[in-house]
Amino acid sequence: MKRRDFLKSATAAAAGSVLPAAPAVWSPAKAQSRQETLLIVSESGPNNIDIHGIGTNVPGYETSWNCYDRLITHEMKTGENGAPYYDRDKFKPELAEDMNVGDMSVTFKLKKNATFHDGTPVTAKDVKWSLDRAVTVGGFPTFQMKAGSLEKPEQFVVVDDHTVRVDFLRKDRLTVPDLAVIVPCVVNSELVKKNATDKDPWGLEYTKQNTAGSGAYRVAKWTAGTEVIYERNDKWAGGPLPKVKRVIWRMVPSAGNRRALLERGDADISYDLPNKDFAELKNVGKLSIVSTPYSNGIQYIGMNVKTPPFDNLKVREAIACALPYQKIMDAVMFGLAKPMFGAPADAATTDAWPQPHKYVTDIAKAKQLLAEAGYPNGFETTLSFDLGFAGVNEPLCVLTQESLAQIGIKTTINKVPGANWRTELNKKALPLYTNVFSGWLDYPEYFFIWCYHGQNSVFNTMSYQSKEMDALIEGARDAAAVRDAKTYDKDVKGFVDLAYADMPRIPLFQPYVNVAMQKNVSGYQYWFHRRLDYRALVKG
Amino acid sequence: MKQIGKRLLTVIPSLIGVIIVTFLLTRVLPGDTASYFAGPAATPQAIEEIRKQLGLDRPLPEQFVRYVVDLAHGDFGKSLTTGQPVLEDIATRLPASAELTLAGLIVAMLIAVPLGILAAVKQGSFIDHACRIVATAGVSLPVFFTGLLLIYVFYFKLGWAPAPLGRLDVFYSAPPTITGFYLIDSLLTGDLEAFRAALSQLILPTATLAIFSLAPIARMTRASMLSVLASDFVRTARAGGLSSRTVILTYAFRNAMLPVVTTLGMVFSFLLGANVLVEKVFAWPGIGSYAVEALITSDFAPVQGFVLTMAVLYVLLNLGIDMLYGVIDPRVRVEG
Repeated sequence: MKRRDFLKSATAAAAGSVLPAAPAVWSPAKAQSRQETLLIVSESGPNNIDIHGIGTNVPGYETSWNCYDRLITHEMKTGENGAPYYDRDKFKPELAEDMNVGDMSVTFKLKKNATFHDGTPVTAKDVKWSLDRAVTVGGFPTFQMKAGSLEKPEQFVVVDDHTVRVDFLRKDRLTVPDLAVIVPCVVNSELVKKNATDKDPWGLEYTKQNTAGSGAYRVAKWTAGTEVIYERNDKWAGGPLPKVKRVIWRMVPSAGNRRALLERGDADISYDLPNKDFAELKNVGKLSIVSTPYSNGIQYIGMNVKTPPFDNLKVREAIACALPYQKIMDAVMFGLAKPMFGAPADAATTDAWPQPHKYVTDIAKAKQLLAEAGYPNGFETTLSFDLGFAGVNEPLCVLTQESLAQIGIKTTINKVPGANWRTELNKKALPLYTNVFSGWLDYPEYFFIWCYHGQNSVFNTMSYQSKEMDALIEGARDAAAVRDAKTYDKDVKGFVDLAYADMPRIPLFQPYVNVAMQKNVSGYQYWFHRRLDYRALVKG
Repeated sequence: MKQIGKRLLTVIPSLIGVIIVTFLLTRVLPGDTASYFAGPAATPQAIEEIRKQLGLDRPLPEQFVRYVVDLAHGDFGKSLTTGQPVLEDIATRLPASAELTLAGLIVAMLIAVPLGILAAVKQGSFIDHACRIVATAGVSLPVFFTGLLLIYVFYFKLGWAPAPLGRLDVFYSAPPTITGFYLIDSLLTGDLEAFRAALSQLILPTATLAIFSLAPIARMTRASMLSVLASDFVRTARAGGLSSRTVILTYAFRNAMLPVVTTLGMVFSFLLGANVLVEKVFAWPGIGSYAVEALITSDFAPVQGFVLTMAVLYVLLNLGIDMLYGVIDPRVRVEG
């Protein structure tokens, strides 16, 4: 064959195969599988499918949640927006069939029919091994266990093959809720031990790539950075059999394309679009959009109270008067957030958290306060934000910069790359910045211990120190442990009032978790971890 | 053969340089790997623990020695963003980028070379102006813009193109890996449906890349054809009464090919690394987007692996082009 002839025939062949390639034509088997498959698109995927792993990222938590079971989980209730919302106070069994809370311990009886994906039964030994693992491996899992006073392997006792007891280190009302978060998942200990090495006694390398749980789904294929494919575990004992047989989670980096995929009906769910897209999709009404405020989460403007000028209360009050709250709500969040400002002047403090403070934008008052503080001509400072969330942070900071300029405060915006943000926070040297904090456990004292207590955790980004504050937070925590509702109520209101009087950080809004779905997809539930629970989703 | 061996020897110092420079560059990047991967709720102790586990608490020279020893054993380290060994990541992602880039280059070549020849032969004519316009438009449109525009028109508005979901629609399974090129692998295994699916996913990103790379190829073909057409031997051939087809294709074009091949090589190596944006837009699991993601998270190992792979590729590519010169123009062989 001559070269030219070859080219001719090759182009003809190419043209021939291009034309009938219209993607809408499905063989019947493919159409069937499309009906039973849920396609999720999001920006980034897991780097490890075991939450106990080193440096597992947040998308990895979603895989863990759906592929592993915990002893207990939460009941559902109806949230403010009418959609299902996890019930903080009500637990239901998952791997356990019964939970018995005593004075200084809690006992779980395991379901007899529960098996791991490979068919071996779930025993008390597995539960103990898994909880031991969580408190031992270090890093985030161990830290999260500690938050509920779960610190030592000795606390987890095998009573018999199907009974486990968790002993309390101290009275702490967070212990039982902490057993229902993602971390204390139950792992197939025999399978993982087989794949463990001397250097890696907990088999973290194996579970990084393989699911070894008893959960409703198992990972059938994972191509890092591209997709995760889940198959349903038809023998799941943890709850009613999920409706969706297969879940495909594809990473689509471009937000515009995620939106296009949803609007064209090719993708079923996406949850990390920019606020503007969600606001527009909501107006068009072709998709169902569910927006839920982050539980126990606030975006705020923080100030370093250790160094001038923010060590001066009047300066902080002036800033609180100068922030463009409503503009941020409208132009940055497109209304998709819950305001944390402008409570009526006579509103009483409640024991709920988050709750709004009473400041509104009042430039005249801000000027006056600044003059009283001894800065009639303002000052210069830097305003920092995390570039990893530039979509919200950047416009927010620009608006803030404009507003502060009106009272004479000149700010330079400092964009910190995502990888560097936490290091910067840890140094506690940023004078003025915006940040988000949210806690899995939805209790006011939990938020305050991390963000306002003098133990100065990384989240007390302001380096705020107050003996009075510490006493109130500890008072509330101890009162909760012994169920002393009166003291608890008094202390919670006390620390909220103090936080808003001292104003080391100024709450702006409670962000929303936005999820966009096709109309034929239902069953979305809001969870404290804010990721998707595939088990409740229904398609068709 | 001797020539190849000689060429390869000269490569070694540059590779050593690349290894040292990438190692140092990744260490001076702002950003702290340990605290990024310690998660949102890490205490300073937790961050320290992770730093230790990653070996980042050791002095730089020690880290470097370890890195080189690992490299010598074929271990490129582990990516923290994907959780996989870097070598494995690159092995699965390089074919994706290469397939896309090659497809784009071939399409660009099929259009640009004839266009360039025609423009040179009929200088100043309508086709010459068309060539100029196409070339100017091609370079001045940024690739991400062309990509998004094509998606908007052909996927979102018209629905002709498949969803921009990477190399294959979600409901097809990839053909077994032989070369890593889906088009070739699916043909080898006789899976025509997968071939068609892979091809339809390729069309838009290929078009995007082709539009971008048309310009240099077309301009270079035109320029080099012009100079050859003006030379003595072409005049002689014409005077000898050869048909203009023979004169242009057999005599002129063959002699004009040298600079065109050089340009092709440059465009190819440039596209391979630079189609990051196309990969992002089309969710293409290639090495460009991989390297950028790693950079954003200060994930050292993939960045080092990427730069090293690219360096090796460039070297091989240049070697290949040099060999090709010899085939096209025997004079080069003699002089070399």
